[in-house]
Amino acid sequence: MTTQHNDSLLRFMTCGSVDDGKSTLIGRLLFDTKTILADTLTQISNTSKKRGMEAVDLSLLTDGLQAEREQGITIDVAYRYFSTGTRKYIIADAPGHEQYTRNMVTAASTANLAIILIDARRGVLTQTRRHSYLAHLVGIPHIVVAVNKMDLVNYDQAVYDKICADYAAFATEIGLATARDIRFIPMSALNGDMLVDRLENMPWYTGETLIEMLEKAPAAHTEQSEAFRFPVQFVCRPHASDDPELHDFRGFMGRIESGEITVGDAVTVLPNGYQSKVKAIQLGADQLQSASTEQSVTLLLEDEIDTSRGDMIVKSAESIEPVKQVEAFVCWLSEMPMSTARTYIIRHTTRESKAKVGTISYKVDVNTLEQQATTDLKMNDIARISFKLAQPLMIDSYKNNRATGAFIIIDESTNNTVGAGMIV
Amino acid sequence: MTTTKQPLSHLDWLESEAIYILREVAGQCSNPVLLFSGGKDSLCILRLAEKAFRPGKFPFPLMHIDTGHNYQEVLDFRDQRAAELGERLIVRSVEDSMKRGTVVLKSPDEPRNKHQSVTLLEAIEEFGFDCCIGGARRDEEKARAKERIMSFRDEFGQWDPKNQRPELWNLYNARSHKGENIRAFPISNWTEMDVWQYIERENLGLPSIYFSHQRDIIMRGGAMMPANVPLANGEIINQPKSGEEVINMQVRFRTVGDITCTAPVLSDADNVSKIVIETATTTITERGATRLDDQTSDASMEQRKKEGYF
Repeated sequence: MTTQHNDSLLRFMTCGSVDDGKSTLIGRLLFDTKTILADTLTQISNTSKKRGMEAVDLSLLTDGLQAEREQGITIDVAYRYFSTGTRKYIIADAPGHEQYTRNMVTAASTANLAIILIDARRGVLTQTRRHSYLAHLVGIPHIVVAVNKMDLVNYDQAVYDKICADYAAFATEIGLATARDIRFIPMSALNGDMLVDRLENMPWYTGETLIEMLEKAPAAHTEQSEAFRFPVQFVCRPHASDDPELHDFRGFMGRIESGEITVGDAVTVLPNGYQSKVKAIQLGADQLQSASTEQSVTLLLEDEIDTSRGDMIVKSAESIEPVKQVEAFVCWLSEMPMSTARTYIIRHTTRESKAKVGTISYKVDVNTLEQQATTDLKMNDIARISFKLAQPLMIDSYKNNRATGAFIIIDESTNNTVGAGMIV
Repeated sequence: MTTTKQPLSHLDWLESEAIYILREVAGQCSNPVLLFSGGKDSLCILRLAEKAFRPGKFPFPLMHIDTGHNYQEVLDFRDQRAAELGERLIVRSVEDSMKRGTVVLKSPDEPRNKHQSVTLLEAIEEFGFDCCIGGARRDEEKARAKERIMSFRDEFGQWDPKNQRPELWNLYNARSHKGENIRAFPISNWTEMDVWQYIERENLGLPSIYFSHQRDIIMRGGAMMPANVPLANGEIINQPKSGEEVINMQVRFRTVGDITCTAPVLSDADNVSKIVIETATTTITERGATRLDDQTSDASMEQRKKEGYF
């Protein structure tokens, strides 16, 4: 056995209400990948016995907080981890209960794949449509439609085929089918059919198991070839250091949100429009010739340019025009409704700006997908809104760039994060 | 256009995310501090801080809340590491809180881990810190699985699991009003295995008690407890009570904390690659094996966090 590990990483989420077997699915994945250790298993096995169950209830694994155990509900998004030996996984586990929209948008924002659970006995429901719409809106590129509880329909292929056809028709209707990679799989999370082990109950299904799909799904940053976007997080100026060589050091620190950069590339610093060239790229003590998406690096430029946190470095050939107005789909996250009279703070990459709500074009009913006129936004509402900004932002459309197309809205009086925006 | 690029390895990805989080703290907070115990998680964070901020100084001091019951090897290592890095180390101790009367023990041998919260809150107030960076990981414990990367604490240091700020994309919100506090956890998404793999890859030094060694042990409350441990002040703690037998065993520590509530495990792993293999094959969780204070009830970590624990 080697101790060298160069596994890749995949972030995914699961959607579905408690009744669809979401907790059981996560429990089963953790159990079958040997992530659950003996003491945890003993603990949940004891609780299962106390509750009068015959088998170990794997869904107990995701029962986190005291209040959740008291009330038997899941309060908030939790993060779980497992590894297969070739890949590490981060699951965003969003509860299926009433606060569904905001929790699902939160979990979806970092996911590259969504497992949408359908109860085989009930087929495509309103909530399936809602989850699919939200996964689509938040731009999750890979969708796995998991038809669960096949054990309760005698593992009948006809039931599965009908659900797949229904879902495919709906996915075409909302434009999901053309935009995303959709796969289908029949399973029984309870018994473990088609998750990690294939078992023998569905010989008619010859496609991949769930874990095979997860193992092969591309990681987010390997898929698109995007423009270089480098929001400046922190400027390193050790001019007071004892080392005289560092007196003129000026490093722009940040994470590459998209694209690639190579030493010598011509760059523009926005919003000022200063031009320069990349002199060096550093990661810790290492000097890199080039760097790409999701790497946290330090850039040194050839010219002395006044740049600070909140500015953005782009390749000169891929520059964008800073804007003082944005149009976006907003999901409202706070119990306090959005007020069109107030000023909020928008945080976009590392930049903040005061923002005034302009026009609310319409609100989307996430159950019927109908557009409705509205003048305010309550928790879990999704609406298309325009904002006027005090500071210019360097934006892309969310469709093209999940990092530079997204923002959060902050209420200055409480400092709470109250809204999530996806730029049209 | 679609191209297939080589994905970052999971360690590179986790490292990059943690560097990003550290820089967000530096960019958003005016007076942060890095909680540093000398343990493996905080040693990883020190390496991450080097990668995030060198050739500059760290934009925060290091701080250790000492319970007074820490292993001398760990304290020595803590001091040595801070000195090597040339960074400022603040130490505040639970013993001082006891002298002030803000910490009152039920009995002299009560574990002091949970009382760290009081000393921590006192230190936050003394220095006016608006953010404490900590090494907590979501895989450690189920209450931690729900915690935000930038976790808000009110003016009493309390964590309210039902009222957490939603955290979307990598747009972290570390804003706070005066008196409030953010706890930032750069290695939230790491597991125990990731930590050991990172230590191996980066060739990080560790206090010797992480590696297999011979130690006198007594069995107490079903757990292994190190016996007769000398403290810096000459006091000997964990002395066997009558009827308790002292056995010399080959052990190491998976987690390092207060002597009275951190149990070692049987192990002959005397280097990092052996520990990586042992971690891959263990059947007991890190806290299950080693933290006596987590097992008092199903929700003991959650309870302590509500009271201001990191």
